[in-house]
Amino acid sequence: MADLSVNVAGVQFKNPVIPASGCFGYGREYERFYPLSRLGGISVKGTTRFERMGNEGPRVAETPSGMLNSVGLQNGGVEKFLSYELPNLKTKGTRIIANIAGSTVEESGELASMLNGSGVDMIELNISCPNVKQGGAAFGTDCTVAGQVTKAVRDATDIPLMVKLSPNVTSITDIAKSVEANGADAVSLINTLLGMRIDIKTRRPVLKNNVGGLSGPAVFPVAVRMVWQVANAVKIPVVGMGGIASAEDAVEMMMAGASAVQVGAAIFADPFAPVKIIDGLEKWCDENGVERLSDIVGTVQPW
Amino acid sequence: MYTQGKYPIIAKKAIAKGMFDLTVLCPDVASEAVPGQFVQIAAEGFFLRRPISICDIDKDNGTLRLVFEVRGKGTEKLSELNVGQNIDMIAPLGKGFKVLSGKKAICVGGGIGTPPMLSISKLYGKNATAISGFRTAALAILQDDFKAAGVTPILCTDDGTAGVKGFVTDALKAEIEKEKPDIIYACGPMVMLKGVAAIAEQNGIECQVSLEQRMACGVGACLVCVCRTVRDGKEIFSHVCKDGPVFDSKEVAFGG
Ligand SMILES: Cc1cc2nc3c(=O)[nH]c(=O)nc-3n(C[C@H](O)[C@H](O)[C@H](O)COP(=O)(O)OP(=O)(O)OC[C@H]3O[C@@H](n4cnc5c(N)ncnc54)[C@H](O)[C@@H]3O)c2cc1C
Ligand SMILES: Cc1cc2nc3c(=O)[nH]c(=O)nc-3n(C[C@H](O)[C@H](O)[C@H](O)COP(=O)(O)O)c2cc1C
Ligand code: FES
Repeated sequence: MADLSVNVAGVQFKNPVIPASGCFGYGREYERFYPLSRLGGISVKGTTRFERMGNEGPRVAETPSGMLNSVGLQNGGVEKFLSYELPNLKTKGTRIIANIAGSTVEESGELASMLNGSGVDMIELNISCPNVKQGGAAFGTDCTVAGQVTKAVRDATDIPLMVKLSPNVTSITDIAKSVEANGADAVSLINTLLGMRIDIKTRRPVLKNNVGGLSGPAVFPVAVRMVWQVANAVKIPVVGMGGIASAEDAVEMMMAGASAVQVGAAIFADPFAPVKIIDGLEKWCDENGVERLSDIVGTVQPW
Repeated sequence: MYTQGKYPIIAKKAIAKGMFDLTVLCPDVASEAVPGQFVQIAAEGFFLRRPISICDIDKDNGTLRLVFEVRGKGTEKLSELNVGQNIDMIAPLGKGFKVLSGKKAICVGGGIGTPPMLSISKLYGKNATAISGFRTAALAILQDDFKAAGVTPILCTDDGTAGVKGFVTDALKAEIEKEKPDIIYACGPMVMLKGVAAIAEQNGIECQVSLEQRMACGVGACLVCVCRTVRDGKEIFSHVCKDGPVFDSKEVAFGG
């Protein structure tokens, strides 16, 4: 049996498959389908300093092979995460990635310091949410600000720090280099691509927020390209996501340069997607004579 | 536990223009399901599943009935499924209706909001009245099923082509005047639910409404399916798939 374990910035994962932030809540719902201990880790719903209501509905629009969402970071705030969600998650036998989003540089640092000593395995700093008007995407689209917010979090904590990048930029490699230079231990990408759907009967956008983030298989080739470019531009590990729905997709993403993968919208179509991908990776390794899955990371041979 | 699986369709009927009635053999789901819950069905070629209410539950035979209207391309695809084929669903989902056993109920369904009224009214049998409203006679469904369950059906149509001409809310007021029920159940368009909730409140009757919202996960993880509700005097966003689809009408912020 192949060794599926991977190491990202010093954090050991039993396998490289991690449900993506916002697509798995805190695991409570999916635990009613399978034990969470099957998973490499869980990236929890984006957490902010204070409770957030999120945007008005409808918050979802279907697209060819994917969907738009405009949730707007609805969550109970970091204190509720620490007191209610985290104690439960810690008993589940999987790695916990705390996904955080501050509305200012200072608040991002404060959020990170509140996680010190909590037992989360990793922080994923979201500088890329397209659904919040304050901060959010603005952090992720400007190299200087992306660097500043990374540094504020780095200074506040020793927890391994992964910065999640926005694809809605001219040069994602420049942002990646800036967060690397400011102390990020890893980067994860991609967050959703900004999109829009219009109901032609009512001539109104389907989303009450007018625009929202595109994810699902539709974005996969864009994500593979960006992961490949970023993996070639930085020395820190890259965690790849965007449209992954099968073990073959995960292999492709890893060959592009991803040390681990996250699975998001595919879970909505098939709640078992993450465990099917894990089983599929094992089978793929056996069939292809791969003893250690991590050996395939970045092995694409470009023309 | 939630289940996701492929279950055989054992009966299919076209019950009105563009409306289909599927019977699905799924003993594990049927044994757990309660009136008011729903299922998430995969439509081939579409990314998101379609939420459909459980219309009827037959625990002895291990079947569920799903009644739906073709509204767009996804439900059109579902309408092409035939007996012998499998339906891929996640079920049973959401919170069902509160039941007051031995009491009197009025169930109000507007259009395609009528199906979930069948399973709940059946629990009350002769103690239930089912008021259903449709645009026109050709769209009227489930009237014989209510009768067969001992429920008193009252049919309303907007154009008067069948039953009483007029809105379900008028029929509801008239029924309450005749005999006040202990609880009212309602599913249908938001304006109808708002009207029903107001009538219930004026008469001091408990009222349970089933809401709709666009969904992705269907289980409470993605947070897309919001509705405005009131908790401790404060408006918040609840999630139709997990906190509902059934809510106490007093909790719902109907707006305007
Ligand atoms: C809890 C619940 C129970 C339901 N029960 C029934 C039922 O028993 N019978 C029935 O006929 N219909 C029911 N509906 C409505 C049904 O889900 C929609 O008519 C259906 O999703 C439309 O899909 P479509 O592809 O044909 O339409 P399209 O408009 O092409 O769909 C595009 C997208 O919007 C979503 N969508 C469109 N309209 C609705 C809607 N009204 N509610 C939720 N999502 C929508 C679709 O799921 C899809 O993701 C229910 C909805 C909910 C939320
Ligand atoms: C409903 C929904 C909510 C999301 N919420 C968050 C979030 O809170 N924080 C975050 O960093 N990313 C969030 N994302 C982005 C995903 O984590 C992921 O980056 C993106 O969806 C691409 O992966 P996918 O195509 O596999 O879904 C969300 C995505 C969806 C679909
Ligand atoms: S549809 Fe995902 S939370 Fe309701």
